[in-house]
Amino acid sequence: MTRIHITKTPKCYVGGAFIRSESGRVTELRDSEGGFLANIPQCTRKDLRNAVEAAAKAGPGWAKRSAFNRGQILYRLAEMIEARGNELRDALVMGGAKGGDATREVTTAIDRIVHYAGWTDKYEQVLGSVNPVASAHFNFTVTEPVGIIGVIAPDASPLLALVSLILPAITSGNCVVALASTTQPYPSILLGEMLATSDLPGGVVNLLTGFRHELIPTFATHEHLRALSGVVNADDRKTLRLGAAESVKRVHLLKAEETIDWFADGRQGVEEIRALVEFKTTWHPVGA
Amino acid sequence: MPAPQTPISLRRLFDEIGTVDQVGIEERVAKHTTRSLKKKSKVFGLRLAVTMVDLTTLEGKDTPGKVASLCQKALCPHDEGDIPPTAAVCVYPSMVRHARKHVGGTQVKIASVATAFPSGQAPLKTRLAEVRAAVADGADEIDMVINRGAFLSGEFGLMQDEIAAVVEACGKATLKVILEVSELETYDNIRAASFLAMRVIRPGDFIKTSTGKTNSNATLGNNQVMLEAIRDHYLATGVPIAMKPAGGIRTAKQALHFLIAVKETLGDEWLNNRRYRFGASALLNDLVRQLEKERTGAYQAPWNFSEATEGY
Repeated sequence: MTRIHITKTPKCYVGGAFIRSESGRVTELRDSEGGFLANIPQCTRKDLRNAVEAAAKAGPGWAKRSAFNRGQILYRLAEMIEARGNELRDALVMGGAKGGDATREVTTAIDRIVHYAGWTDKYEQVLGSVNPVASAHFNFTVTEPVGIIGVIAPDASPLLALVSLILPAITSGNCVVALASTTQPYPSILLGEMLATSDLPGGVVNLLTGFRHELIPTFATHEHLRALSGVVNADDRKTLRLGAAESVKRVHLLKAEETIDWFADGRQGVEEIRALVEFKTTWHPVGA
Repeated sequence: MPAPQTPISLRRLFDEIGTVDQVGIEERVAKHTTRSLKKKSKVFGLRLAVTMVDLTTLEGKDTPGKVASLCQKALCPHDEGDIPPTAAVCVYPSMVRHARKHVGGTQVKIASVATAFPSGQAPLKTRLAEVRAAVADGADEIDMVINRGAFLSGEFGLMQDEIAAVVEACGKATLKVILEVSELETYDNIRAASFLAMRVIRPGDFIKTSTGKTNSNATLGNNQVMLEAIRDHYLATGVPIAMKPAGGIRTAKQALHFLIAVKETLGDEWLNNRRYRFGASALLNDLVRQLEKERTGAYQAPWNFSEATEGY
């Protein structure tokens, strides 16, 4: 008897659940030879709004966890991806990557997660400080997460770039609403499935798929998003900066016009964490 | 069908007013959540809902200061966007005189819960004295709780006499009769209690779902049962009774679903704050938030609407 192949309905990971777009719209995902693979949700601004609500629910709990616990959870995420690495590799190959490059992208992504898992209980010592002041005060600076961060991932290196943008944000206790690569969304669908089994509380990372031009204006103006991080072209940068100025949010954008080497060591580290934290300086009186 | 252990008085009442088709009601209200309200009609609905809110604070920790800020919020829900005031503020009797200082003489009414809210378990004399005191202090509206014990044991005469006594004690004040639907247990009982209350209150008085102090509050289902009771009573007697769902309505979307139920069950005559109210505290924030979204085109952050968000 011939068995009928079970095709998969890819769904977005939002608020700890797997959703279709509220619009009901999908785009066809095809492999590099043009063969039909699956229907990918085409998320709308309402999906973005719902994802932000989910992130807002998860945020305070995530930020309150101990730094050590956040590290454990991120490391667990790396473990989950390690076990399903081949699946991710196949997804990248389907999108046109060469086998060796795909393998390297998956392993680098896993290593990057472990890198940030190590930073969770260390960045504070590097970024925070005790400041010398000329009065009887103990003056110190600490960091706090800024809140919900909008991430806009590029089309190149669809897995590694997405991971490289999300990880520094959540390391310090932020939550993320990310828009995956428009041309290669499938790795983000798989990443969502791995996030769901990683002990990361639902809503901390929310992954949307869809068209950039439909969602960029909402990323720009949504007042509940506190920072934007991503790779965008000049027009989108303008839209995002104008919207961010109106709603007073941080922007940390890379230029899509330039080639970015996501494999480089320079694409990870404490500077990336620094871009998405708020500094708080406290003056505490001490006895004379 | 009423269960066999139903008191005989209740079974006689059902012969008269009919029972509720539970599955039918739930199917019906599920449809209310599928209507598409966009742009102008959405703004109309949201603004209407704002004018129907009884902005409520009923906590042991209420202070005159907290009531003062509640009153300011009722008068001016937001400093931009020309948003209308709410229908009323709803407070405990001891806070009525404090509320009066801020909303007395304005279009925002003062509603006060009375009659040993939320349990109603006090001697009738005490309950009536509480009503009179609240009215004397300046309450325009009184929210009373029914004697659920009397209803459930089939002593309808007692229950109705008590409501009638409160009607008298209210004087000119509007009365809202809280059925506390979560303690009535079935749709049949909600319908029966609605009719018993409606027969002794005045035109323009309210029946209200719940106190908001139990774990189950206003739902589209029990709202619908009560709206249909109001409709049937109106068609039979010509007496219009008003309705107030309370508790558990937190989002603008929910409020619009309730308004759709009103529109489709009772019609435009009930789409105003003399005939329909929302008892709520958090709802106003979300209504204003959605109105601001429609005005500015940008999704709003909750901290702009006096909501605690822990930095998120």
